[in-house]
Amino acid sequence: MATTFNDTQMTEFKRLVARYPEGKQKSALLPALHLAQESFDGWLSTEAMDYVASLLQIEPIEVYEVATFYSMYNLKPVGKFVFEVCQTGPCMVSGSDNIIDYIKKTLDIRPGETTKDGLFTLKLVECLGACGYAPMMQVGKIYKEHLTKEKVDSIIAEYKALATNN
Amino acid sequence: MGVKLLLDKANVPGIRTYEVYRREGGYRAVEKALKEMTTDAIVEEVKKSGLRGRGGAGFPTGMKWSFIAKPDGVPRHLVCNADESEPGTFKDRYLMEFLPHLLIEGLIVSSYALGSNDTYIYIRGEYAWITDILEQAIEEAKAAGWLGKNILGTGFDCNIHVQRGGGAYICGEETALIESLEGKRGNPRIKPPFPAIQGLWMRPTVVNNVETLAAVVPIINMGGEEYAKIGVGKSTGTKLISACGNINKPGVYEIDMTITVEEFIYSDEYCGGMKDGKKLKACIPGGSSVPILPANLLLTTAKGEPRYMNYESLSDGGFATGSMLGSGGFIVLDEDQCIVKNTYTLARFYRHESCGQCSPCREGTGWMEKILQKIETGKGEMSDIDLLWDIQRKIEGNTICPLGDAASWPVAAAIRHFRDEFEWHVKNPELAQTSNFGLQHYADPIHVPA
Repeated sequence: MATTFNDTQMTEFKRLVARYPEGKQKSALLPALHLAQESFDGWLSTEAMDYVASLLQIEPIEVYEVATFYSMYNLKPVGKFVFEVCQTGPCMVSGSDNIIDYIKKTLDIRPGETTKDGLFTLKLVECLGACGYAPMMQVGKIYKEHLTKEKVDSIIAEYKALATNN
Repeated sequence: MGVKLLLDKANVPGIRTYEVYRREGGYRAVEKALKEMTTDAIVEEVKKSGLRGRGGAGFPTGMKWSFIAKPDGVPRHLVCNADESEPGTFKDRYLMEFLPHLLIEGLIVSSYALGSNDTYIYIRGEYAWITDILEQAIEEAKAAGWLGKNILGTGFDCNIHVQRGGGAYICGEETALIESLEGKRGNPRIKPPFPAIQGLWMRPTVVNNVETLAAVVPIINMGGEEYAKIGVGKSTGTKLISACGNINKPGVYEIDMTITVEEFIYSDEYCGGMKDGKKLKACIPGGSSVPILPANLLLTTAKGEPRYMNYESLSDGGFATGSMLGSGGFIVLDEDQCIVKNTYTLARFYRHESCGQCSPCREGTGWMEKILQKIETGKGEMSDIDLLWDIQRKIEGNTICPLGDAASWPVAAAIRHFRDEFEWHVKNPELAQTSNFGLQHYADPIHVPA
């Protein structure tokens, strides 16, 4: 697939860079990587990172060292939907272990794996700031909170339907 | 009902929009500050209020502002720390999601006071939908003339930009945040120089938490002296507490810091008591990095006096018998919770979040996680408990930034107060896989367990 921004994505990229003073365009790196990840199938290939480096006029290594530092950037292909389930203290005391086990069993994958149909990836993450609404997981931009087994079933059905309709 | 200064309008329908926020008296603080006050007078007012940084460290905000260097011809910046990542803490999220204009208003006043023409909100990357809410609020404020060039005809220009992080707890540390805002790894800087002298792009910078900057609005509206009358001692004003864990009503509450911990947990106005009628075992009162306390020391100090929800009272007794108000992330654990497992998940968190710059933290957090996992899975030895104690002691105070301390304190406090539970795990490796140590002598002494 193409690793160049289309017109809409390029407009957004320019908006991100314009927030910073002249010559400080490297500051746009984190937002630019989010944009690249969203634009290129949910992960950052070496080509995608090199492309971002060329746009920001910085060395590729400056992009690699950032992309590998932050947990939100996927450096390997992922499924169409990534279930990022929180496992830190407050979620744990509210039963996140049971939810994680249930997702593993239902989707028949382990953390870090993607279902055979390419729809779902399970990723275990640390505290996402939803401690009062635990257990929880993030799917794309959305937080799914107060998780129960039933709710997990309906979330899976929701995204399966979304994939079929697109 | 306690005094509410930040969340008093949170339930007004449509308060997220500019029209409703303005109709409810919003942006009065900007009018007052920009038209009637000098920048020095604003800093003075914040000093008088006694406002302390709401991110966790509790440093006096007015004093922090007064440190900012003002060399000729060098731009200065205000940066809002919205990287809320301390486990148990979700108050800034609530404030930004439901009252975005309160933060924008606080940012405009504070930017004016500090002389920041380009102000940045650094928000944790996962709060993606809040980024959209903030950007919309900024557009609305701009359209209404509160942002942009020559605001209210005063000659003051200000723009606010929102930058998403990439998922890293360490970026809540202000110099790591600045590095990240510059498009780099979130490695904390060695201080000095402090950000007030050389911060963002080596320019004078002030970094303040979301709640701190929102609190500037009521301070300007009511005056610093009036604000300081709320609360007690050096805990002035109100504080947002995000309560979670095994309670009936988890959520974000605004308190005036004069209530007791007991009232906060058991009254219907706040947490509404323990969930499912269980008994209170322990609590981490100020975000995951502050010391965990068993119920008896949480509700009363070592001297047997009631403990209050404020900076001084929660830290009464030091780390021997007290804890900290910290970020206000209030994590409640009931009788069914295992202290070893809870400590293990927190140790795993800190290992995951260590930036790796300093050896004691990079190596030590990994060792602590492994040893705790060993004890939790029934493979621990008695000597592991002393080893854990030794490791945490060697991390604390030996790192560039406070993450080392933040990783050490939960482990130290768990061993200090719950050593017999760790020993029980070691002595009963199989039993510990299927049952918990329970309450033993840690129960709440006021609400006596049946």
